[in-house]
Amino acid sequence: MDILVYGTINSVSLALMGLGFAMVYGISRVPNFAHGALYIICGFVTWTLFQKAGLPYVLSIFLSLCVNGLLGMFMYRFILIRVRGMNISEIICSYAIGLAILEGLRWGGFRGMTNTLPVFMEGSFMLGGVPVDYHRLFLVVIGLLLLAGLWVFTHFTKLGLALQGMAQDEQAALMLGIDSDFMAMLAMGFGAVLAGIAAILILPLGNIVVESGYNVLIMSIAVCIVGGLGSWMGAFFAAFIIGFAQILTVVFIGSHFQMVVALMAIILTLILKPSGLFGRQKELEERV
Amino acid sequence: MSTQELRKERIDRGIKVRSDGLYALMSWREMAYLTLPRFILIAGMLSLPVFMPGVYWQRVISIVCIYAILALSFDFLAHFVGLVSLGGAFFIGTGGYIAGILNSYFGVPPILTVPLAAIIGGVVCTILLFPCLPLKGVYFAIVTLMYPLFMARIIEAFDIFGGTDGITGIDSFSSAFVEQYLIVAMLLIFVFGIRRMVNTDMGLIFTAVMDNDQAVKASGISITKYKSLAVFIASAMGCMAGACLTHIYMWTGISQFALDFSILPIAATVIGGSGTLVGPLLGCLILVPVSELLRDFGTLRIVFYASLLVGFILFKSEGLMVFGQRKYEQFERWKGI
Repeated sequence: MDILVYGTINSVSLALMGLGFAMVYGISRVPNFAHGALYIICGFVTWTLFQKAGLPYVLSIFLSLCVNGLLGMFMYRFILIRVRGMNISEIICSYAIGLAILEGLRWGGFRGMTNTLPVFMEGSFMLGGVPVDYHRLFLVVIGLLLLAGLWVFTHFTKLGLALQGMAQDEQAALMLGIDSDFMAMLAMGFGAVLAGIAAILILPLGNIVVESGYNVLIMSIAVCIVGGLGSWMGAFFAAFIIGFAQILTVVFIGSHFQMVVALMAIILTLILKPSGLFGRQKELEERV
Repeated sequence: MSTQELRKERIDRGIKVRSDGLYALMSWREMAYLTLPRFILIAGMLSLPVFMPGVYWQRVISIVCIYAILALSFDFLAHFVGLVSLGGAFFIGTGGYIAGILNSYFGVPPILTVPLAAIIGGVVCTILLFPCLPLKGVYFAIVTLMYPLFMARIIEAFDIFGGTDGITGIDSFSSAFVEQYLIVAMLLIFVFGIRRMVNTDMGLIFTAVMDNDQAVKASGISITKYKSLAVFIASAMGCMAGACLTHIYMWTGISQFALDFSILPIAATVIGGSGTLVGPLLGCLILVPVSELLRDFGTLRIVFYASLLVGFILFKSEGLMVFGQRKYEQFERWKGI
C-alpha cells in the first residue's frame, strides 16, 4: 500500500517537473535546459517575499509565479530567439543561463538547510494504513487538476489551439496568422510558470537547495524523453512509470539507486525506442 | 554620406593569394606568412611553462592543456562528425579511473598508464556509446550529458573503486618536467594530427556523415563504422587527458565526472572559434587562467564563464580564431554602392 500511495505522489511530482519542459519543447522546439534553474528561482523568490519581505503566503506565491513567467519570456525574447533552430546553440545557451542562475544563487549564500517554505496545511491523515500529509494530498490533487486544466486549455481556447497548431506545424501556423515568435515566447513563459508551480508544490516538502535544480532538470528530461519529447500525455505516463520504478527501487534495492533508475530510463529509451513511448513517426526521423 | 550607401568589402590579401599554392615555396616572405602562425603556436606552447612564475601557474598550464585536449575532442566530434557530445566529463572520468586502477591496483608506472588509459578508455567509451550512435542532434547531446552523471551514480551506488572517496595514493609523474611537457607535446600532436586527419579521405567521410548521412549510406559506406571510429578517436584523446589529470592530482574520484569538464571545453570551443581545432586551445588559454584568478569568488566564476558563453554565442558566434584568421588573411574597406 505505501508503494502505491508514495509511488503516486512521486509520479505526480515528476509529472509536474516534466510538464513545463515538455510544453516548451513541444511548442517552440527549444530544449529548455534552464528548467531546473527556473524551478529553484521560483522557490527562492517566494522564500524572499514571504520570509524576508513578510508578504502573505498566497500573494508571494502569486508574485513569484509572475516573476518566473516574465523571466521565461525575457529569456526567450532576448536570448533564445537569436539561436532558435540551431540545436547546439540552443542547448548550450539555455544550459549556460541555467548554470549562471543556479551558481549565482549559490554564490549569493543561498545554500544549506536553512531555507524552507511552509506547507499549505499541517497534519496528516491515514490512507489505507499509510500516513499521508495533507500537503502531499494537495500536491496530487493540484497536479491532476493542472493537467486537466492544461488539456482543456489546449483543446478549447483560442490561444491554446494556436499553441497546439504551432506545435504541429510551424509553417502552416504562420500561414494562418499565428505569430510564431510570440507564441514561442508565451510557451516559454507558461513553461516557466509550470516550473514555478512545481517548485511551490514540491519544495515545502524539503529544503530549497541549489543542487536540486540539477536533479529537477535531469528528472524532467528523463520524463520527457521516456514519454517522447514534446508529447505531454507521454510525459505524464512516463512520470508514472519512472515514479513507480523509483519507489520500487528505493523499497527493494536501496535509495542510492533512485537516480540510477532515471538515468537508465533515459539511456534505454533512447537506445531501444528513440521516439519515446508516445512519440510520433515524424519525430523518429529527426532522431535517427 | 550615411552608412546605408556603403557596403563592407572583404578582399583576400595579396600575400594570401600568392601563398595559396606550391608557389609559396618561391619566396621567404610567403613561406613566413604561412609558417608564422604555426610557429607562434608551437613555440608559445613549448615556452609557456618556462615563463610561468612558480609551480602553481605551471600546473595551471597543464590544466589548460588538459581542458584544451578535451575541447579539441569536442570540436572534432561536433564540427567534423556532427555528433554533439556534452559528455566531456565521461571521457575524463573513464580515463582517470582506468589510469587510477592500473596504477594503484596493478602498479603500472604512469608512463604506461597514460597510453593504456587512452586505448582502453577509448574502447570502453566507444562500446558504451555505441548504442547511441544512431541518434542525432539534441538526442545525442542529451544522452551524452547523462552518461557522466550515470557513471558517477553507479560508482557511488555500488561503492566500487573507492566509492565516494575515490582512489588515493596514485603515483605522480616522475618529474615536473615530464608532467609539463608530456601534456604540452600531446596537445600539439593532437592539434596538428587532427587537422591533418580531417583533410584526408577519412576526414572527408566524417564531414559527409555530418552533412548528409543518407548519401554516405547510399555510397555503400557504413556510417556506424565511421561514427564509432570518430568516437574512438575523440574518447581516446579525452581519456588520455583524464589519465594525465589523475596523475597530476595523484587522485581519482567521482568529481572527475563533474559537469565542469563538460561545460568548460564547450565554452572554450565557442569562444575560441568552433570548427577551427586551434580555437578550443585559444579559448582554454583564456578561460582557465581567468577562472583560476577568480577562484576567490567561488562559484561566481561559473556565472562569469556561463555569461561569457552566452554573450559569445549571441554576438560573436564565429569565435576569436575565425575572427583573427579573417583579419590575417583579408582586409576590409567600405565601398560606395
